Amino acid sequence: MKIIPDFAKGMGRTLKHAIGTTLAGEAKTISYPEQEKPRPARIRGRHILNTYENGLEKCIGCSLCAAACPADAIWVEAAENDPENRVSPGERYAARYEINMLRCIFCGYCEEACPTGAVQLGKDYKMVDEQGTQHDWSDRDSFIFTKEMMLVQHGEGRPDPLSEALDERLKENPDHDRVW
Amino acid sequence: MSLIEIITNPYVLGFIKALVVMAALMSTVPMLIYLERKIVADVQVRLGPNRLGPLGVLQPLADAIKLMMKEDILPSGVDKFIYYLAPFLSIVAALLASAVIPFGPASWAVVADFHHSLLFSLAISSLAVYAVALGGWASNNKYSLMGALRATAQMISYELGMGLSLVALVMVTGSLSISEIVQQQNAFGWNIFRAPTLFIAFIVFVICGVAETNRAPFDLAEAETELTAGFHTEYSAFKFAMFYMAEYINMLIISALVAGLFLGGWSGPGVHYDMVTHTVAGGWPFVILGIFWYLVKMACFIFLYFWLRASLPRFRYDQLMNFGWKVLVPVSLANIFLVGIFFAFKNHWF
Repeated sequence: MKIIPDFAKGMGRTLKHAIGTTLAGEAKTISYPEQEKPRPARIRGRHILNTYENGLEKCIGCSLCAAACPADAIWVEAAENDPENRVSPGERYAARYEINMLRCIFCGYCEEACPTGAVQLGKDYKMVDEQGTQHDWSDRDSFIFTKEMMLVQHGEGRPDPLSEALDERLKENPDHDRVW
Repeated sequence: MSLIEIITNPYVLGFIKALVVMAALMSTVPMLIYLERKIVADVQVRLGPNRLGPLGVLQPLADAIKLMMKEDILPSGVDKFIYYLAPFLSIVAALLASAVIPFGPASWAVVADFHHSLLFSLAISSLAVYAVALGGWASNNKYSLMGALRATAQMISYELGMGLSLVALVMVTGSLSISEIVQQQNAFGWNIFRAPTLFIAFIVFVICGVAETNRAPFDLAEAETELTAGFHTEYSAFKFAMFYMAEYINMLIISALVAGLFLGGWSGPGVHYDMVTHTVAGGWPFVILGIFWYLVKMACFIFLYFWLRASLPRFRYDQLMNFGWKVLVPVSLANIFLVGIFFAFKNHWF
């Protein structure tokens, strides 16, 4: 007959929860688009391509990110820099830099492989709702992000110890060619 | 023939009453679905539906539209006639049982008032198992068949306890008419207090009522964790909606029966029924008050249904059979005995 006190105890517990939720608003739910959970500082979201203070791109088109990518999501086509009109401080720059977001698994290996701290996983994780990027997701091609879509101004990216150190080194020696 | 004559024609009047009760029950179902989702969410410390309309009250409407828009699937190898018949049978049985519920203390507040309405309601509520059994068998699916099998076994073991618990009640009231049982309670007090052990019959009846409607913790017939959806696995779109509606209407009917048979039905503060002249003191506003009390009592039981569903895990098949045959039936029989002794010696002892 132990079932009767057990039954009463269980029913009491659920009633307590129901009253707490109804009257005291103790629901654990987070109503997502209106409310958001604080995200971890090191969240791996959509990629960004960093630039230096003087506007030059950090990416030197070395394709190490593409080599490191386990999902084969990155495509880099490098081109020689014109000394008069540089795009990046190095010898070469990325003429095309594309990431297929359908293939990307957001592992962050590209970020680890990058010698200049150019590619980073940003904080934007809301890629397919209207509050994130204003992007047309109508076909598969639209999931291929181009360089223009990922480039950010200096300081807009996330602080990264490596790229900050590189910035410092570049400040000391403006002609620093081989930044690693 | 004047309009009054047409309306007071017993056939026309009966038709109108049936239509009103049916419409009321059908339109209560969406509210119950909403309330169930909200109450279960509250118990589980969630928010529940809150997107469509203020506090999500339009959610059942969206559900209904979804159910109507869904493809009506006819699986291969089904027994077509029975497959189509089962959902109709379930909802017809559920609605038929509502005919004998005396919602208020007046003849216009009950659709069909006859002398053996209690027997009728028991018979009709047993009919609902045919819908489950036939639907499960006709679906040509092993899960459906197992659901149907369970429903049948469950129904047999619970109907017995239910019937026996009502025997004790009928011994007290001396009547099989639900209207008269409620009228007696208005005069002599609620039935659970009319004999010292009648509350046992009440408890047994409530438990059997939950089992009768195939609700958790006795929802073995649909048991989604084991049998996908049990007897209605193969039903989609509106046929599924009919099973769904029938379940909620059955809940309302069982709540109405519990409230009517044991908790005084429409009797409450302010309602005084004269059993000689068969009128209620104060006229029709007090009939409305009686209906209000009835609905309040029903609402308490509906809440109990949701609360139980949110709290208790499903019974295992053997536990259920043990509980039905080895607990409820002997307890009901003992209760009949005790109530009999009480009435036999009442005049000597009290």
